[in-house]
Amino acid sequence: MINTNKNSNYISGKTGDWEIVIGLEIHAQVLSSSKLFSGASTEFGKDPNHNVSLVDAAMPGMLPVINQTCIKQAIKSGIALNAEINKYSVFDRKNYFYADLPQGYQISQYKYPIVGEGSLQITDANGEDKVIGIERIHLEQDAGKSLHDQHPSKSFIDLNRTGVALMEIVSKPDLRSPEEAASYVKKIRTVLRYIETCDGNMEQGSLRADCNVSVRKPNGNLGTRCEIKNLNSIKFISQAIQYEAERQVEILENGGVIDQETRLFDTSTGETRSMRSKEDAHDYRYFPDPDLLPLELCDSQISEIRSDMPELPDQLVERLISEYGITKYDANVIAEEKEYVHYYENSAKDRDGKLVVNWMTSELFGLLKKNNIQFNQNPISPNYLNELVELIENKTISGKIAKDVFEIMFATSKSPKMIVKEKGLEQVTDDSAIEVFVDQVINENKDKVKEYLSGKDKLFGFFVGQVMKISQGKANPGLVNKILKSKLK
Amino acid sequence: MSNNSKIDLDTLKKLGKLSRIPIDETGSIKLMDDLNKIIGFIEQLNEVDTESVNPLSSVTGHNLPIREDVVDDGNKNNDVLENAPEKKSGYFVVPKVIE
Amino acid sequence: MSNLLQFSISEALFLLKKKEFSTKELVETYINAIEKTKDLNMYLTTCFDQALEQAKTSDQNYFNGNQRFLEGIPLGVKDMFCTLGIETTASSKILKKFIPTYESTVTQNLWKEGAINLGKLSCDEFAMGSSNETAAKGEVINPWNFEEKRTPGGSSGGSAAAVAAKAALAATGTDTGGSIRQPAAFCGVVGLKPTYGRCSRWGIVAFASSLDQAGPITRNVPDAALMLQVMCGYDPKDSTSSNKDVPNFYNDLGKSIKGIKIGIPEEYNSDGISSDILNAKDMTINFLKENGAEIIPVKLPLTKYSLPVYYIVAPAEASSNLARYDGVRYGARIDGNSLDEMYENTRNLGFGDEVKRRIMIGTYVLSSGYYDAYYLKAQKVRRLIKNEFTEIFKQVDYLVTPTTPTTAFKLGSTQDLLTMYLNDVFTVPASLAGIPGISLPIKLDKNKLPVGIQILGKDFDEQGLLNVANIIESCASFKDTPNGAAS
Repeated sequence: MINTNKNSNYISGKTGDWEIVIGLEIHAQVLSSSKLFSGASTEFGKDPNHNVSLVDAAMPGMLPVINQTCIKQAIKSGIALNAEINKYSVFDRKNYFYADLPQGYQISQYKYPIVGEGSLQITDANGEDKVIGIERIHLEQDAGKSLHDQHPSKSFIDLNRTGVALMEIVSKPDLRSPEEAASYVKKIRTVLRYIETCDGNMEQGSLRADCNVSVRKPNGNLGTRCEIKNLNSIKFISQAIQYEAERQVEILENGGVIDQETRLFDTSTGETRSMRSKEDAHDYRYFPDPDLLPLELCDSQISEIRSDMPELPDQLVERLISEYGITKYDANVIAEEKEYVHYYENSAKDRDGKLVVNWMTSELFGLLKKNNIQFNQNPISPNYLNELVELIENKTISGKIAKDVFEIMFATSKSPKMIVKEKGLEQVTDDSAIEVFVDQVINENKDKVKEYLSGKDKLFGFFVGQVMKISQGKANPGLVNKILKSKLK
Repeated sequence: MSNNSKIDLDTLKKLGKLSRIPIDETGSIKLMDDLNKIIGFIEQLNEVDTESVNPLSSVTGHNLPIREDVVDDGNKNNDVLENAPEKKSGYFVVPKVIE
Repeated sequence: MSNLLQFSISEALFLLKKKEFSTKELVETYINAIEKTKDLNMYLTTCFDQALEQAKTSDQNYFNGNQRFLEGIPLGVKDMFCTLGIETTASSKILKKFIPTYESTVTQNLWKEGAINLGKLSCDEFAMGSSNETAAKGEVINPWNFEEKRTPGGSSGGSAAAVAAKAALAATGTDTGGSIRQPAAFCGVVGLKPTYGRCSRWGIVAFASSLDQAGPITRNVPDAALMLQVMCGYDPKDSTSSNKDVPNFYNDLGKSIKGIKIGIPEEYNSDGISSDILNAKDMTINFLKENGAEIIPVKLPLTKYSLPVYYIVAPAEASSNLARYDGVRYGARIDGNSLDEMYENTRNLGFGDEVKRRIMIGTYVLSSGYYDAYYLKAQKVRRLIKNEFTEIFKQVDYLVTPTTPTTAFKLGSTQDLLTMYLNDVFTVPASLAGIPGISLPIKLDKNKLPVGIQILGKDFDEQGLLNVANIIESCASFKDTPNGAAS
């Protein structure tokens, strides 16, 4: 069988096609009020070293105590990613020196993570479903922030983020293109937002990814991989992977070898580069943190969380399709954000779901984008969209008029009924009124009528157009057709 | 102990690098000797059969205690920065870090 | 007024209540004693003004009849405990001028009950040592035969020496592998290491987290009971702290030990152990027999592996615990042209040789390729040692052993590392198993140096342990005072 799609992911080099193999480590900041092991706030954007406890600053003699919510959030995320929840997990110390790592070690999970293998369904570049394996999810502490641009010879350290809980979600090397990687990250973000375990805010760094990229001849042995650290936008993830894969292909095709290394992505040039501070002797010396004990969960704790799970995006898509009769594509668009779903379900109540989804995804999204307005600033309430569609359904206005009404709604936030009433935009559905328009058109276009009657059927559209024009678009198109047909015999 | 030299100069330098304790040429021979003595001593453990023994990392008998998710700490910039050898505008200051 | 130095905590509390003397007088007497014993180099920092200020409050409380549990008792604090507003260095140069903005839970518990802080006591640097010779500000001199310049033991050498020299009515110590019991034995005082988890570790400079435990060093066993009563208790800030009930240690002293079973492990013996120490053990056995206890010889064959396990586990944890001393947020900083250079300069000059050695060993046993062979192996043997104690305590109630293989040696006399490490050979097993142990003086050896005996008990049975120790103490009637003590 010839597979025509398959090559679209490949990089074609001088020596033939190359396949990209990608695995992602997503660091998702856990939604919680306080940090993983201290009572300091996780709030973003505070003055430097404001949300820092003595524990976070690693003062002598300070000890960690684990946050209940963070454990729950990890379990919830695991369940959402169809993963096994490990009833026994261990917190280890990952030892290394860095200016924004006050303890000299990061508390993480190494051999025994809280969540084991799972999976996530994404849509690949061809619109097909594809299941990506999840290797594990573990809980760990975030590091602080170093500012390097404040002083010529100094770095400034802010520990506000130090100790905030992160979930590291490790995928299997199942991704094959920058698009798939982007789709995977988007989907992870959507899922975590749905279940409210991470706000997914990439600009604030709540969701970041390390990408492991290698290339190989299609279906050949895995190549040596490079890790691109700390990418904080989906665009950068795609760009970095594309650049990195092409870089590797070029090296390999020129007879070179890939050094396994950590690289940084330069957002201004779109290139990846080797880290200057080569941590040559990387040896993290993981060992169980003696300040903590193993985390042991019981079945009831897990099943309680399981029974409390909100609807997940995939389940929702299925429901939207069956309940509202919309296409999978549309359902996926709606399911992308929880607020879309909320909006859609409110505006589609008792209405034709397909009609509503069209209005929402083409007209509404279009206007929002054109006017650069965030969805949550959307001037049209779901009730009014519902009302507008109702006006179309009961033929008070035509689809064409509805577009004008919609624009007014967008500009004024007014109710469509009010707009229609104020502007007198109700559809004319009275036969005699339409007959008047039709007669006028026939009288004013006698030549055309003659041509029509002599067989030029195409002119019918012209007559409809003229009637609509005279009626200022308000005449019911169905009636116009019917009456025109009867008069033009 | 003479037949035991698990830690050679390279290993010693690597350990120094990892622990950020520089190895100076003069002291390294004595340090290496000391460390190898200790390694020789602790290797007595090889005599013990530990087949199918679970490692013990804490003698504590209770389960991991868990904290409610409430903000009851932080907001003490002055305490946190009080002892800092170098600070500016609320930040700790260190020699420039090159990534 | 110097006769006030003779009173134990229980006596002092009784007399203060009777208004025989005031807290102010008691504190002044101790301040004076500290001045007189300066040459023993025990205190790193003193806080006399604060102590006198607190004495006023205590006297007020006695006057009003609302005195607290340890009202007005002047104590010394090992420099491993972080003390609010008072320099805390762990006897290390790297923590020079570190002034905590917080108070450790254990010391806070003491101050809350009216005890008064006289100052911070020297110890081995980061509690790593058995002779107090690794202290940044120089060695402490044992008040026994002080002119011979003997070690007070370590790491809580300053604490044990200060209690023996009457420069504190009692002191806090920390014990990781014997750091309370061994110096207590060398200085002729009582040292109690409680069960792991009995006292909170919050605010104590960490050496080896899975082993560190705070405890009291006192003149006698009842004082140890009083101190422990206040020091211990559940602390939600320490995940390894136990929420087991705290019994009344003091009021339960004096129960009969008739019929209880005392095990004498045959492995707690070593080449060259002095006849005086063996004699002290025999004396103890006789005291116990006289009181109706049953003496049972027992075997703990894994004893000899305790030290090797300890010298893997403790350095491994220490190598990680001490990574935070990097010159960024507190303590000393020696600048450099890069961050790494600054780290290296700071840690090179900030840490002493023993600390560096242990960090290196700890780094080695955790490093990739060696973890299984050393660290994991040690954890497995640790499990076996713990199991061995659990099994033996099904047969007997307590174990009696010498605390140390020798009495206090001369400072500078032990050049060999491993010989130094062997000092802890009898104390380390209990630390690995987490069980409580107490050392108390029985007699003087032929050099007029105190000999200590150790009693070990089951997890959280400090109450019974203190009771047994109390009986032995009464029988031994050890009343000698070192010639270096204040008078």
